[in-house]
Amino acid sequence: MDARILIEFHSIVGKPGLVSSPEELHTYESDGLTNFRVLPRAVLLPSSTEQVQSIVRICHREKIPFVGRGSGTGLSGGALPVENGIVLCLARMNRILEVDIPNARVVVEPGVSNLDVTGRVQPQEYFYAPDPSSQSVCTIGGNVAENAGGAHCLKYGFTTTHVLGLEVVLPDGSLVHLGGKTLDTPGYDLSGVFVGSEGTLGIATKIILRIVKRPECVRTLLAAFPSTNEAGAAVSGIIAAGMLPAAIEMMDRLSIQAAEAAVHANYPDCGGLLLVELDGPLAEVEALMTQVDEICRSNGAGDIRVAQSDAERALVWKGRKSAFAAMGRISPNYIIQDGVIPRTALPRVLSEIDRLSQQAGLRVANVFHAGDGNLHPLVLYDRRIPGQEEAAEALSLQILDLCIAAGGSITGEHGVGEDKKKVMSKMFAEPDLATMQRVRCAFDPLQLSNPTKVFPTPRLCGERPGEYAPHPLESAGLAERF
Amino acid sequence: MTQVPATLENNFRAVLRADQMRSASPSDVVSGVQPQLILEPATEQHLAAALRLSNEARLAVIPRGGATKLAWGNSPSRADLILSTTRLNRVLEHAWADLTVTVEAGCTFQTLQETLAQHGQRLALDPLWPEKATVGGILSTNDSGALRLRFGSLRDLIIGVTIALPDGTLASSGGKVVKNVAGYDLPKLVTGAFGTLGVITRAVFRLHPLSHHARSFTIPASNPEETHKLVLAIQDSKLAHTALQSHFFGDAPPTSDILFEGTQAGLDAQAAQLRALCHSTQTSEASVNAWNARQELWSLRDPAETAIAKISTLPADLARTIELFHRASDSYHVRWKSLNYATGLGWLRLEGPVDNLRRVLTSLRADLEQRACSLVLLHRPAEFPAFDAWGIPGDSLPLMKAVKHQLDPANTLNPARFLAGI
Repeated sequence: MDARILIEFHSIVGKPGLVSSPEELHTYESDGLTNFRVLPRAVLLPSSTEQVQSIVRICHREKIPFVGRGSGTGLSGGALPVENGIVLCLARMNRILEVDIPNARVVVEPGVSNLDVTGRVQPQEYFYAPDPSSQSVCTIGGNVAENAGGAHCLKYGFTTTHVLGLEVVLPDGSLVHLGGKTLDTPGYDLSGVFVGSEGTLGIATKIILRIVKRPECVRTLLAAFPSTNEAGAAVSGIIAAGMLPAAIEMMDRLSIQAAEAAVHANYPDCGGLLLVELDGPLAEVEALMTQVDEICRSNGAGDIRVAQSDAERALVWKGRKSAFAAMGRISPNYIIQDGVIPRTALPRVLSEIDRLSQQAGLRVANVFHAGDGNLHPLVLYDRRIPGQEEAAEALSLQILDLCIAAGGSITGEHGVGEDKKKVMSKMFAEPDLATMQRVRCAFDPLQLSNPTKVFPTPRLCGERPGEYAPHPLESAGLAERF
Repeated sequence: MTQVPATLENNFRAVLRADQMRSASPSDVVSGVQPQLILEPATEQHLAAALRLSNEARLAVIPRGGATKLAWGNSPSRADLILSTTRLNRVLEHAWADLTVTVEAGCTFQTLQETLAQHGQRLALDPLWPEKATVGGILSTNDSGALRLRFGSLRDLIIGVTIALPDGTLASSGGKVVKNVAGYDLPKLVTGAFGTLGVITRAVFRLHPLSHHARSFTIPASNPEETHKLVLAIQDSKLAHTALQSHFFGDAPPTSDILFEGTQAGLDAQAAQLRALCHSTQTSEASVNAWNARQELWSLRDPAETAIAKISTLPADLARTIELFHRASDSYHVRWKSLNYATGLGWLRLEGPVDNLRRVLTSLRADLEQRACSLVLLHRPAEFPAFDAWGIPGDSLPLMKAVKHQLDPANTLNPARFLAGI
């Protein structure tokens, strides 16, 4: 990228909006997944949709790849910069533009943090339901890119359930509006396609969110089981009884110990801890809580407690939400996985993980959203010991293989990004991936928007699926196949 | 209409048995366009192969399930073949302990629900004509009813899909687990796409338990303004209702129905809270039939003088929307009846002379679109003047056309039936 273009970028965003010195660029060289690092050519921090459009138009003209970024809390390398590309950081576009309580809608810019949306509508007793563990920092723009989940999506759904409309700058710089404040806007559900596309279809500059009325009451129960097997059986019992709790979370002994060491959540010391949260009308919740209690006891739970105050409830959740970071207390390094399995496969997959863990001589801690089968195995290792990092990576991939074999997914909420694109072809067949790429070509024919992510092999637009035929760019020596 | 060449019929024989193809009859007409051939493949591979052959021969294909909503959307510009999913009608896997189901597109909704009910579960949706409507058709038209308030629409319930593309590709996306962010969310793309991008051959859904107990109440009001206030007050309350709908009928006083599901103790408490919230208003227990209202709206006395439209507004626009219905209908002497959900979606039935219907629809659409709302015409009399079913497309139209071009470049599927000629 020559200096002329940097000057052009500078004229759009001004000095505070342009980062180009190598020392400062290091801040942006990775996201929450720090084992991938690439230094971008420049980082731009636009403060308006118009600025985003101007920047993207230049990128389009000059064929400069760009990567959108919020707070950089992603765990799959989705916001990892692309070599010779720029990073478009939306952190300065952080205004809540509209709060419409009668219609339960909030319109925000992408840099608004997840928790700030709830903060703004809290006085009217509403909340924004998706609650990734990083919610105090992560941005709505990033949540949209990753289709972020969280503990409460069991009942309330994911980011995509709560995004009704988007203003998007397409990779050619044009501005489009997808969906809207009303439901079922005529046409294709492109807002549904955009959410979770990991920044590969353009940059969202405005997001219309749905908010939810706070339930009359919330009860959180902690049940201590001898092992995750009994805890898993209790989960099946709760679901079989026809209940849909707001959240069901499980932690194994190792993760309980780590969380205790980090935040002193006052968790019982046990082999499998279940956290069940019910919300809704008081009479309903109390009736169901009695049932949950019985199901837990009949499946071998010893200690059962119900959080008695909001403060106690907050502490219980703090322990759970700090679980990843808490691993630092018991291991110098760890890999976080995000596989999903059908809930019924839980005992089988957990014992298989246990076997693999022993075989590799590495500890695996398990923290998971048990209600929807989303596992977060944490493979613990020490980088200083030769060979351990490689062994940990291999073990972590084997765990994903287990998830795929069980009929699950390689990622439930963290995204594919850079990290898991190599295993996409284990989960999807070639025609599946090719069809997704055709949709991508409709949005981004030059493949400038986060170009190297999600898909295992890039596909040139205009390329016919099926038989191999060289693309004109290839024939001209301007592109090559990997 | 392109003549289906005899050689092509021979070609189809390579992938379909003789009893899987037949000549179309006048009853197979699609919004005034007569197709020639009906294909009824028995596997998704055969369906994809038949679609590829049609595409290569530049024949226009109309995908069809139970044909209950085949008249929705604009008339096709061409309709050579009907590709029926009737034989793809199996419930492939009800993973009841995981609350998911994999089902073929041609399975009727009722058959699906009966299978799921054996394990006390349901697909939490109340589509029109469940005994005939198929999973594929309900998905393609994105049909939803009163349960949407609580459970969302199909886009929130579908977790995986397989589609056949015109080039013969069979592509799957999503998966069999509820929580999954690997790859693009194509299940949402094909939901509501009116079969213009690919033919849905199978789908995977997340399920909900059947409720143990349910109670419905009807709440009368003296005018739409009062109903409006009631609906907003209920929506802003801590009640955990499953559905909330209001009926408006000319000058008659409106009524609203509310549905609760849960435990007996929970329902009693909610009923008491509802009464407190309605103050002096008399609430009465309603029968479950109240929730057939949407389908009853479709019992047409005189289809030649009736139009039905789907209206989408903001929830808090209810009174203003009803006022618009009143004003437009009165000006052109048209009778009207509407069913409005608390989600902002509504169904409007108009009865009157054809020209007057068109005038009411034109005037209503203009008013609604000005407020970023929409009116989609679903039923129109056979002799109806030109009227676009969809309305003005937004600035994403070029992008929608690009998506269509990527997946169906020869415009084989349902040509011109969708938005802006797609």
